[in-house]
Amino acid sequence: MDPAITVDHVSKRFRLYKEKPESLKERIIRLGRNPYEEFWALRDVSLEVAHGETLGLIGQNGSGKSTLLKCISGILRPTSGSIRKSGRTAALLELGSGFHPDLTGRENVFLNASIIGLTKRDTARIFDDVVAFAELEEFIDLPVKHYSSGMYSRLAFAVAVNVEPELLLIDEVLAVGDEAFQRKCVQRIRQFQSEGRTILLVTHGVETVRQICDRAAVLDHGSLIALGEPGEAVLVFRDALLQREHTDEAAGADWRSHQQVRITGAEVEYLHPDRRHLLPGEPLRIRMTYDAPARVDDVVFAINIHDQQGNLLLGANTDSLGADPGSVEGPGEVVFEFEQVPLMGGIYEVSLGVHTHDGGVEYDHRAGEDVIEALSTGKVAGMVSFPIRAKVDPGS
Amino acid sequence: MAIEARTGSGPVTDVAARPNPWRRLVDVWRHRELLLNLVRKELKLKYKNSTLGFLWSLLNPALYLVVFYFVFQIVLGAGLPYFAIFFLAGLLPWNLFSTSLGSSTTSVVGNAGLVKKVWFPREILPLAAIGAALVHFFLQLIVLALALVIFRYPPSAEFCLLLPIALLTLLLFAAALGIGFAALNVYLRDTQHLLELVLLAWFWATPIVYQYTKISDRIGNWVLLNPMTSIVITFQRAIYNRTTYYDTTTKTTVGILPDESIWWYLRNLGIVGGCSLLLLVGALLLFGRLEDNFAEEL
Ligand SMILES: Nc1ncnc2c1ncn2[C@@H]1O[C@H](COP(=O)(O)OP(=O)(O)O)[C@@H](O)[C@H]1O
Ligand SMILES: [Mg+2]
Repeated sequence: MDPAITVDHVSKRFRLYKEKPESLKERIIRLGRNPYEEFWALRDVSLEVAHGETLGLIGQNGSGKSTLLKCISGILRPTSGSIRKSGRTAALLELGSGFHPDLTGRENVFLNASIIGLTKRDTARIFDDVVAFAELEEFIDLPVKHYSSGMYSRLAFAVAVNVEPELLLIDEVLAVGDEAFQRKCVQRIRQFQSEGRTILLVTHGVETVRQICDRAAVLDHGSLIALGEPGEAVLVFRDALLQREHTDEAAGADWRSHQQVRITGAEVEYLHPDRRHLLPGEPLRIRMTYDAPARVDDVVFAINIHDQQGNLLLGANTDSLGADPGSVEGPGEVVFEFEQVPLMGGIYEVSLGVHTHDGGVEYDHRAGEDVIEALSTGKVAGMVSFPIRAKVDPGS
Repeated sequence: MAIEARTGSGPVTDVAARPNPWRRLVDVWRHRELLLNLVRKELKLKYKNSTLGFLWSLLNPALYLVVFYFVFQIVLGAGLPYFAIFFLAGLLPWNLFSTSLGSSTTSVVGNAGLVKKVWFPREILPLAAIGAALVHFFLQLIVLALALVIFRYPPSAEFCLLLPIALLTLLLFAAALGIGFAALNVYLRDTQHLLELVLLAWFWATPIVYQYTKISDRIGNWVLLNPMTSIVITFQRAIYNRTTYYDTTTKTTVGILPDESIWWYLRNLGIVGGCSLLLLVGALLLFGRLEDNFAEEL
C-alpha cells in the first residue's frame, strides 16, 4: 500500500527581498534590478510516513520544520520535488489555525471545520465534543479576540482532533497551553495512534519524541540529517545542536538574523552572587536579555523549567503573569523573579522563549542556556522541599 | 465520518503540483460548504459594527437615484419616462459587478490570516466575495420589485426569462476578472486602486444613467464590445420594458433600447458568456501560477 505521505526530493527556496516591491510603480522602477537573497529553507528532503505511523520532526529553530509541514499541507508550494498524500488532512500549523478574531468561537469552529471539508451536519454532530474538549463551554459564543492564547490553542487543537482526520499535522502546539491541557492532548494523540491514524508532529520536546513517536526525522539547515528510531534521531539532533553552538558565534548568528526578537542571553541569579547554587526556599532571579532590531508589537516572553527527565516543573509567560510588555524595540531585558524556589538536589534546565500572544509565531527559543543548580539541605530527600515540620506526640 | 475512510481513502494527490483549471473547479465544488461559510463571514463582518448597515446598502441605490435623477432629468432635461425604474434596472446589475470586482480583488490579501495558515482552494476567497455581493444584489432586487408593484409597472414577461441567464453571465464574467485580479493584487497592491478608476470609467461607458441608443446611434454595434452593455441592456429590456418613448417637446419618437428580438439579446449574452468562460480558464491558470507564493508574499 502507498504510504500516507510521500515527500520526494522536496526543496523550497525563499526569496528575501531587501526592499519588497509592492506596487506596479515600484516594480517598474526597479525593473530587472531588484536585489534579493535566495534562501533554501528545505534542501532535497525525502521521507515517507506510513499509514498509522507517528513521525516526529525535530530540529533547531529555522531548520525548516514548519516549512516542510506547510508544504505537506499545501499552504506553500515546494520549489522542486513532489509530495503525495491521501486522505483528509487536519493541520495545526501555527496556533489559531485560521481563526478570525471577530467571529465567535462557534462560528470559527464551523468555518474551520468546513475548511477541512466537513459539512454543516458533520460539524454540528461533533460540535459539543469540540467545545467540551476545549473546555470553552462558557466562552464559545464570544469573539475569539477576547480569548487568551491558551483558550485559542485549546480550541484549535480541539477542532483538529475532532474532525476525524486521517492525517494530522501538528506544529509545536503542544508547547503552548497549560500542562493539564497538554496532557490531554498527548492522551488524544495516543488515542489517535491506537485508531491507526497517521500523525506528523513537529516538537521542541525531545521527550515527546521518545514518548509518542514511532520514528523521528531531524532537519538541520533544511536538510534531513537523520531519519529513524527516535532515540537515535534525538542523539543526532543533540550533536547537531552542539556543533551549531560552536559555529554560531563565528557565523555571527546569521541563521537567526531574520528573527524579529532575539534572545541574547539568559542568566540565573542566585541570592548570593558568589555562590552558584540555590538552597531550598531561597529567592531566585532569571534574567533574560533580548534584542529587537525593529519595533515588535506582539510579543510574549516565556519561561519553562524542566527537570533532567524533561518533566515540566514550571511554565509561565509575561501574559500569564500579567506583565504584557506591550511593544519592544532595541535591546532590553526581562526578569523573572521567584520569591522562593523550593527545589533541591539537582540540576534544572531553564528554557526561554519569545513568541506572539497567540503562540503562532515563535521569534526565538533557547533551551539549556543556563541551569538552576539546587543543593539539598540534607534534611529531606527528593526534588521539592515542602516546608515541613515533624511533631511527635509521645502518647502515654 | 466513518472510520474505514481512514486508511488510503480518496485518491493520492500530489500537493506539490499545480492543479489544472478543471481540478481547481472540482476542488472548489468540494469546498462549497466553506464557500457558504465565507459568504456568511463576509456579510457578518461587514455589518458587525453598524446595525443600520444592511439598511445602508439598500439606501445606496436610492441615493444614487436621487442624484442622477436631479442631474439628468431635471438639470439636463433628459426626459426618460419612469427614469427611476430605468436607472435601477441598470444600476443593480452594475453594482453587483463593481462590488464583486472590488471585493474579490482584495479578498486574498484581506484573508491573509487564512491563506498563511490553512490550505483550501484559494479561488474560494474571490468567489465568496462575489457571493456576498450577490446577497446584496438580491436584497436590492427585492426593493426594486416592491417599487414595480407600487408603481404598478409591468416588466416584460418574455424578457424576464433572460434574467437568470444574464445574471449567470454577469457572475461568470465577474468571477473570471475577480479571480485574476485577486491574484495580481497580492503582488501589485495598487491593482485595487487602479481598479477603482477603471470601474469609474467603465460605469460611464455603460448605458446605465443614459440610454443605449445615445451611444449606439454614434458608434453602432461597437457598443457591444463592452460586455457589461450586453448584460445591462438585458436587465433594462426585461424590467424597464420600453424600447422607445415619445418626446413631447421635440414631438419625435426617441429610442431607448434596441428594438430587437429576445434572440438578439440572448446571442449577445451568449457571446459574453463564452468569452467569460475562456477568460475564467485563463484566470484560473494565472491564479494557479501566482498562488505558488501567496503564503510567502502576504
Ligand atoms: N515566508 C518566508 N519568507 C522568507 N523566509 C522564510 C519564510 N518562512 C520561513 N522562512 C525561513 O525559512 C527558514 C525555516 O523556517 P521554519 O520552517 O519556520 O523553521 P522551523 O519551523 O524549523 O523553526 C527560516 O530561516 C525562516 O527565516
Ligand atoms: Mg516552526
